[in-house]
Amino acid sequence: MGLAARTTAWSAGLAALLALAVTVSAGIGPVKIPPAEVVKIVLNAVVVPAGVETGARGSGTLAVPTADVVYRSPFAFPVDDVHRRIVLYVRLPRIVLAAIVGFALAAAGTVMQGFFRNPMADPSIIGVSSGAAVGAVAFIVFPVSLSATLALPLVGAVDVGLSGGAGVSLFAFVGAIVAAFGVYAIATRHGRTPVATLLLAGVAIQTFLGAVISFLQLQAGESLRRIVAWLMGHLSAASWGDVAVTAIVVPPLFVVLMAYTRDLNVLLLGEEEARGLGIEVERTKRVLLAASALITAAGVAFAGVIGFVGLIIPHMLRLVVGPDHRVLLPTAALAGGSFLVAADTLARSGSAELPVGVITAAVGAPFFIYLLMNREVHEL
Amino acid sequence: MSADDTADRPLTDDDVTAAGSATDPGDDATAAGSATDPTDPAADPVDADPMIAVRDLSVSFGDVSVLAGVDATIDRGTFVGVVGPNGAGKTTLLRAITGVLNPDAGEVRVAGDPASGLSAREMGRRIASVPQETSLSFDFPVRNVVEMGRTPHLGRFDGHGADDAAAVREAMAVTDVERFADRPITEVSGGERGRVLLARALAQSTPALLLDEPTASLDVNHAVRTLELVRGLVDDGKTAVAAIHDLGMAARYCDELVLIAGGRVHAAGPPDDVLDAETLRETFDAAAFVGRDPATGAPAVTPFPRRDVNPRRVHVVGTGRGAGRVLARLSAAGHDLSVGVVPETDAVAGVAADAGATAVTSPPFEAPDPDTTARARRLSAAADVTVVVGTVAGPNRPVRDAAGTPVVVDPDVDPDDLLAAVADAGDG
Repeated sequence: MGLAARTTAWSAGLAALLALAVTVSAGIGPVKIPPAEVVKIVLNAVVVPAGVETGARGSGTLAVPTADVVYRSPFAFPVDDVHRRIVLYVRLPRIVLAAIVGFALAAAGTVMQGFFRNPMADPSIIGVSSGAAVGAVAFIVFPVSLSATLALPLVGAVDVGLSGGAGVSLFAFVGAIVAAFGVYAIATRHGRTPVATLLLAGVAIQTFLGAVISFLQLQAGESLRRIVAWLMGHLSAASWGDVAVTAIVVPPLFVVLMAYTRDLNVLLLGEEEARGLGIEVERTKRVLLAASALITAAGVAFAGVIGFVGLIIPHMLRLVVGPDHRVLLPTAALAGGSFLVAADTLARSGSAELPVGVITAAVGAPFFIYLLMNREVHEL
Repeated sequence: MSADDTADRPLTDDDVTAAGSATDPGDDATAAGSATDPTDPAADPVDADPMIAVRDLSVSFGDVSVLAGVDATIDRGTFVGVVGPNGAGKTTLLRAITGVLNPDAGEVRVAGDPASGLSAREMGRRIASVPQETSLSFDFPVRNVVEMGRTPHLGRFDGHGADDAAAVREAMAVTDVERFADRPITEVSGGERGRVLLARALAQSTPALLLDEPTASLDVNHAVRTLELVRGLVDDGKTAVAAIHDLGMAARYCDELVLIAGGRVHAAGPPDDVLDAETLRETFDAAAFVGRDPATGAPAVTPFPRRDVNPRRVHVVGTGRGAGRVLARLSAAGHDLSVGVVPETDAVAGVAADAGATAVTSPPFEAPDPDTTARARRLSAAADVTVVVGTVAGPNRPVRDAAGTPVVVDPDVDPDDLLAAVADAGDG
């Protein structure tokens, strides 16, 4: 089977799995809703442009003719309105955010493992997660009051305030990017960024930022609980606004990463060989680093530090579809989405809600140990 | 690009095609998609410029100078071996040619263009490198690794076309890797890996090949097959440069050798000119006898550990392979040799020719005439030491007797004993 066919088949299968995971997950909770009803609710919510309604605004000679596009749902299944509200406004934002964040983290993890030629690499390796944590924790401890609303293109007005989750996300995102850029700047000399130096710079920055986080926690007082919840990874505060931002940021970055999958394959040979095969190594590394850092930042900014997704999912998929990034990247990303949806469903379906990071770590750590025991680590 | 951009430098093929379309010359991904592209330098083998020209090249790592003022010209359609002792800078020279290393001074030109000005992609379509080892630790199937050779010919969103598939198929066929094409690269043997890397370089379809110790990890069969393959490719028009440790292999397959020692080109030219005992002593710090391989006729280098001996005038009396070995060993040690009288078809006569020794010969199956014997006697008498190998046939007795106290050795004498005996006799 050709590469394109293999990629398509696996991706289609895993996309179907993700859709199934989302559907089943949306039915799970204190109120059980059958998957069939979930599907109906979602279909009812789908709208298509149905026509144009003309009218006029103002009156008399000042009347301005208007034309509004009218949307109608092509479906009108009878559904329980309470169930509808639970699915659409309580569960789905969280589930879809989990899917997107899992997708982003697994994609970034896949790229980082190839980039560092090390199966133990994960998206946080260049300091993105630590930077995000510092940004988020700093905002929680020293809340900054920005202007009441922040207008984001396409998303509309986002409330930013003392208790705003958007403020945390914004600071986390900025922190992530600043940390990643700092690691890159430290490791770069004369336009070259040796991968080993980058790795060590990442470790150093992570250690330093860990100290900053500990210090901030000591200053936290009442907000300590929120900090801990954020650091463990959380999706409970998800809103459709969060989903919209990630849905706008993640796909273009994923397309960039997909465009570089062949380069990433060749980079696995080593940088000198990659150059001999026509890859502009440093430029390619910059693109991969920037896109991975941004896609990770977009994920952790809204979901906190969720470990192990970016580590184990690429690894598991590599065992299944092989190391070729042209197949591995899309399949790992889709599987990452499913994995985080499942993990978050588990996290919220117990008697007391657990941070999703606890679930991913509880599943991930044993897998990590399994990898070590099987000596799948070839380098470092 | 505008026409003005090209005004201040020579026009190249690439300019012509790029000017015709609106393609950005910085990213020729779409302009140059296939192996049959007219801008492909492989399509123009009669170009006047040498394939690779290295001028006054100096490279240092930190404070350590590795290459200092290296000049070398690799003509199209030649197979050039880069030889030299460990740490001489062979690999560094290869890396500088592909532009991986930035030289401190000097220049490398590839098909006329400065290497420093070529993009990785342009370089990847002119020169394919075969590294000693690859660090690939992910289990790609061998076939995928070979396919990676097509990278310089593919645009970012191109799939593999028919040209690419054909190049990969042919590369795998000639390197004999088809049998294990579907096995993971991490699970094949070292020798097989070496052939996979060669296949990848061939799939690159470049006019020039650079090989770093291509035979180092191969058994004799595959070493010979690899060099035969490269030789064949060169005969078909490719240019090849290989760093080779095995001087005999280098001499046998290469058109020219470049001998590097201490970061400088010590000698360059046909193997017969480059490989002589004196040069090898200076560059490898080894005593060597340079003979002829009886099967191929190529120079055959037999190295010995170097010992400090005072060079003597030594005359050797004896015939056959045993005397030949004695002569070769004394030659490698640096002694000034003469031999005779020997039948001109005797093994010793051949060794004497290779060693540059003065040989007094006579027609085979005949007793030497008195003049010939007299010449040999004079050489023997004038020598510091006369070495007699085995028993002496009648005509050579006067030659032996001309020496005061000849050193008599067995044909299978231990080399150390031989050298010690010659040294002692010379001192006495």
